[in-house]
Amino acid sequence: MTMVGWFQIILFCVIIVAVTKPLGWYMTRVFGGERTFLSPVLRPIEAGIYRISGVDEKREQHWLTYTVAMLLFHVGGFLIIYGVMRLQAVLPFNPAGQGAVAEDLSFNTAVSFITNTNWQNYGGESTLSYLTQMVGLTHQNFLSAATGIALAVALIRGFSRASMRTVGNFWVDVTRCTLYVLLPICVVYALFLVWQGMPQTLGDYVEATTLEGAKQTIAVGPVASQVAIKMLGTNGGGFFNANAAHPFENPTALSNFVQMLSIFVLGAAMTNVFGRMVGNQRQGWAILAVMGVLFVAGVAVTYWAEANGTSTLQALGLTGGNMEGKEVRFGIVASSLFAVITTAASCGAVNAMHDSFTALGGMIPLINMQLGEIIVGGVGAGLYGMLLFVVLAIFVAGLMVGRTPEYVGKKIEAREVKMAMLAILVLPLMYLGWTAVAVVFPPAVASMANAGPHGFTEVLYAFTSATGNNGSAFAGLTGNTFFYNLTLASAMFVGRFFMIVPAMAIAGSLAAKKSIPPSAGTFPTTGGLFVGLVVGVILIIGGLTFFPALALGPIVEHLAMSAGQVF
Amino acid sequence: MLREIRPAIVLLLVLTAITGVAYPLAMTAIAGALFPAQAQGSLIERDGKVIGSALIGQEFKVDKYFHGRPSATVAPDPNDSTKTVPAPYNAANSGGSNLGPTSKALADRLKEDVDKLKAENPKAAVPVDLVTSSASGLDPDISPEAAQFQVPRVAKARNMPEEAVEQLVSASVQGRLFGLLGEPRVNVLALNLALDRARAR
Repeated sequence: MTMVGWFQIILFCVIIVAVTKPLGWYMTRVFGGERTFLSPVLRPIEAGIYRISGVDEKREQHWLTYTVAMLLFHVGGFLIIYGVMRLQAVLPFNPAGQGAVAEDLSFNTAVSFITNTNWQNYGGESTLSYLTQMVGLTHQNFLSAATGIALAVALIRGFSRASMRTVGNFWVDVTRCTLYVLLPICVVYALFLVWQGMPQTLGDYVEATTLEGAKQTIAVGPVASQVAIKMLGTNGGGFFNANAAHPFENPTALSNFVQMLSIFVLGAAMTNVFGRMVGNQRQGWAILAVMGVLFVAGVAVTYWAEANGTSTLQALGLTGGNMEGKEVRFGIVASSLFAVITTAASCGAVNAMHDSFTALGGMIPLINMQLGEIIVGGVGAGLYGMLLFVVLAIFVAGLMVGRTPEYVGKKIEAREVKMAMLAILVLPLMYLGWTAVAVVFPPAVASMANAGPHGFTEVLYAFTSATGNNGSAFAGLTGNTFFYNLTLASAMFVGRFFMIVPAMAIAGSLAAKKSIPPSAGTFPTTGGLFVGLVVGVILIIGGLTFFPALALGPIVEHLAMSAGQVF
Repeated sequence: MLREIRPAIVLLLVLTAITGVAYPLAMTAIAGALFPAQAQGSLIERDGKVIGSALIGQEFKVDKYFHGRPSATVAPDPNDSTKTVPAPYNAANSGGSNLGPTSKALADRLKEDVDKLKAENPKAAVPVDLVTSSASGLDPDISPEAAQFQVPRVAKARNMPEEAVEQLVSASVQGRLFGLLGEPRVNVLALNLALDRARAR
């Protein structure tokens, strides 16, 4: 670990905190339906979209209608991706002549992109046409991100409203998020990325003759436009197989730093949107503080573990940390930081191969996802995931003092706590359940690339990443098999929608409640005690759920490695 | 609920057209006008022929060139399409080794490579990036130490004084951005092109 390394980490945190407030202010205006500086250009487009699609922007929806609208939207999105992948061989923008994608892989990828997971069982440059990348993947990167944010806004409205039956209009929230937040940032961001060296072309793959006279086929494509939204929308599905480790998908140290910022920026701003909408920005800062504590702890462990290297490297006298599966331009610190960020948020882009991380360095990304990706989290999804834990923490606090718990003026009662528990428990059911099935099913075991406990971790990581809608991988696992395509798709589906529906039920039930003013007996939710309580609840619930599984994977591997054992 | 069906279809199609067609095509046009070289992939030409991309590593095996990092990329086996064969620096199929910290295969590979490099230059310590495979398999860079390590071999193969080669290496080192971001590095292709130019002079 070096001073320069720590300065990079500190600079990252400072910038995120600095942009949270202004961006939160802007996004609050967007979702409040107010004018912004972009309205002169975008308002006519927005109004036109509502007119042709028959949306009455004044009419709000009940939480159930809101949820059904969201589900219908996803059915359509699924059909578009699946159709384009199956038909890409006969559609335009296919200079590399990619054939139709197989049924199970298309199914897996379509589920993967509508759930904002972006798990890569496909091989980017070796499987997909440019049309699939643009119409199939880029568009769903926007819409799944906009959906996540819309749902979080609906849940916030549940907290901020009193005695109302509605939580907003899904179509309006998605459209405004796409037009006013995601697109403008992406336009500027994509051009920045091209300036840094990222290709943006519809031309053919390039045939080069290297200095030594060998042939090298260089895959290019419309990369920058996709990568911009891939990071900003915490999607993470790569244009190339190697994702953000590919020099074209992450050319420089600066492009890397900005990509890391763009993973966190909207999720962090959402905490401020929450604070503003419930009428006290300190409520938002308290939530960001909970996230910050868990984040910094994770970065410290991973950075320390990777800088230390492995016993294999040390035995050969190789110093400078664990560089297997990392790029020279990022080095140890930017690779470790990226890994923690991408799993804290539900991004899943990688700039280094997590499979080759040290046991403990790779365990932190796994824990981040198993906690439900609430440390900033996926755009929108992170906030509603965190609010579920807040509901539980408040409930625990209420039990301790024997009062009906309250949060931002709303009584938290049996219905909310049950729904929160349902959403939190369904995640381990998926990743622990499917892992248990996979490790006793011989064809699934055959997909492991590494022997010993590391192979187990590969499988656990895959199902955790899919359930958490993250999409990063211990990529040695051969995921493109019938078994994994289907089981991972089911984990992604359940992990996304079985969390959303209870969260929306909470939104509806809270919106209908009266708002009660704080009294002397109200537990203050803006201070250090509250932050500590939420962190504690997260770690206790998380720890009880997945510690046994971690003991079988990364922990035993670390002990084996320390003893100099290889498999 | 039924009245949500029309927006579900029309809005989806409109937003798909905007974000999946108009946006990437507009970006392609604007990027092509503003940054034509980068948009095409930062290609390098010599004598009118494309010899590679400034950002994509390529394989160097002969002694007179600096070597890049080990690459774990593969290509389909020409004899059996269900299998793959090693194809270092395959820029149409990026990827890493994905070997974990307790992998015996990795430990064996590292030992073999370290022994080979020690034989080549017994005086210096083997730099870790020269024996570990990169994440993309296309890493265009090596650390300054890894370039320094190879100076005696390259100088000998080219009949050049070591100081001259060392000068070229120092001139090729790119530092951290603002002294803070990233790691110091040497672009292998750029360094080798500089070597070829030095000889031509």
